[in-house]
Amino acid sequence: MEQPGQQEQTVTAKLQVPETTATPAGYAPTAADKIFDAKNVSIYYGSFRAVTDVSISIYEHEITAFIGPSGCGKTTVLRTLNRMNDLIPSARVEGDIHYRGASLYSKGVSPTAVRRRIGMVFQKPNPFPKSIYENVAYGPRINGIRGKKRLDEIVERSLRQAALWDEVKDRLNKSGLGLSGGQAQRLCIARTLAVEPDVVLMDEPCSALDPIATGRIEDLMQEIKSQYTIVIVTHNMQQATRVSDRTAFFSVLRDEKPGKSDTRTGVLVEYGATQQIFEDPHDSRTQAYVTGRIG
Amino acid sequence: MMAAISEHQTVDLREPSGWRRTKNQIATVGMWIAFVVMLVPLGFVLVTVIAKGASAITWQFLTNTTIPVNVLPVTFGGIGAAIVGTLETTGFAALIAIPLGVLGGIYINEYGGNHVLARVINFFADVMTGVPSIIMGLFIFTIWVLHFGYSGLAGSFALACLMLPIIIRSTYEMLRLVPDSLREGSYALGATKARVTVTVVLPAAIGGIVSGALLAVARAAGETAPLIFTILTTQSLNSNLFSGANTALPLLIFQNAQQPYTGAQARAWGAALTLIAIAFILMIIARLVTARFARYAR
Repeated sequence: MEQPGQQEQTVTAKLQVPETTATPAGYAPTAADKIFDAKNVSIYYGSFRAVTDVSISIYEHEITAFIGPSGCGKTTVLRTLNRMNDLIPSARVEGDIHYRGASLYSKGVSPTAVRRRIGMVFQKPNPFPKSIYENVAYGPRINGIRGKKRLDEIVERSLRQAALWDEVKDRLNKSGLGLSGGQAQRLCIARTLAVEPDVVLMDEPCSALDPIATGRIEDLMQEIKSQYTIVIVTHNMQQATRVSDRTAFFSVLRDEKPGKSDTRTGVLVEYGATQQIFEDPHDSRTQAYVTGRIG
Repeated sequence: MMAAISEHQTVDLREPSGWRRTKNQIATVGMWIAFVVMLVPLGFVLVTVIAKGASAITWQFLTNTTIPVNVLPVTFGGIGAAIVGTLETTGFAALIAIPLGVLGGIYINEYGGNHVLARVINFFADVMTGVPSIIMGLFIFTIWVLHFGYSGLAGSFALACLMLPIIIRSTYEMLRLVPDSLREGSYALGATKARVTVTVVLPAAIGGIVSGALLAVARAAGETAPLIFTILTTQSLNSNLFSGANTALPLLIFQNAQQPYTGAQARAWGAALTLIAIAFILMIIARLVTARFARYAR
């Protein structure tokens, strides 16, 4: 574990200010624009170290993509950003994750308060068995918003933002489970946007969708990017190049030490502007992955 | 054209004959036999009870609250006292057992996790499901009746003991069926655990929970043994649940069916039909409630 881990450190990209076209001209992120700042984060499930020593900064109003082969810990890292992994009893986080200057895992931090600011869209669309309206109004309701007029406005705005309004405006009181896969996923996005989060985490949101539905969701991400910060896990490298400003490439390290049952662990190999990762990767593993030679 | 096809060997897509097909036929026939055999006792019970009990049912039989002595024919008096007793004792038992049982099920599945207490409750709910109902009666007899005397309330306690494990188990099983993705969806919007449970998990499982609870109520309504030691029996109406001996339909059936008099026997059949009707009505309510809550489930 030690040897490859050390190597990792050296190649793990220190974040550079990007000089690419992926970000608006004249825009150079500063520390103040950092939404997340993770330092030496390791994540365990019981005694199994799923992710080792990840350091990454995520910037405001950008779309950051996590790519990498299966089992490399992309989803695990994503889920620690809004403390979703707290729901798994054996999960444990080491290291430091700061969100807008506040430490996410320090004592006294309420996971509930964290998740109200940092929403999440899941791999499989998971609308509640309620009406379409109630699905979207659910978040505002639990956050104490009352009054039909206000809720109506929020529901319409959120569904419009999620490009679903025109398809469902005549059947808002019908079950959310009756929607097609793509519609259901956009409903879940609308549900997330309804609480006006600061960050939207997306865990392979398009993996269950056809290319048309995927296209709509990618368009939608571009549209809402000015208001939200988005972190997306994707298996689809084209998707990462299409939508993201920055890309983090994760990979799997194998521990050759004998006598350990599960020796895999995820590491962050390289992080930088999307264009740089795909056109000029600094690490040979990144290059092998993005050119399709492995993974 | 035909010749051209037959030159190439056509693919045979029929189910191949042989042992696999035979096994399928045996299993199919066996399933049908099991189905019919299962229907026979069910049908016989219903037909017999209706045939022998229907003639006893009159408005007076259902509403008159004086249960006549056994020798009198069925046209005397009525079983109103027993109907009221059954509704009172079972109703109050449900009032005790349903909230406790549902909360217990919620605790085990949503809050308990691997906690010792959750596993203990789960284990004892399992064991209690198998305890003979007369033991529940004896239990209440020793801890309650010996101190406070016979009453409908004591009967309610005994029936509640009987219903509790069934409701805990059925609630737990229903909650287990709620997919975790729904819980996660709710947590991701900043909901607390209580919110998630009340606003997402319970609504998703409520249909199953309600029908499980009503099944337990129906089962308890038909119990005789737990009532013998707890409410004793009376011949007249006792609408006060909290004091004095009471009576119930299963007790009335139990007593009258043992008698050699035709009047008593007819009364027992009539009461049996009434009891089945009550259970039937409960089942219909369960179906309606389930359908009402399942509106948004696909």
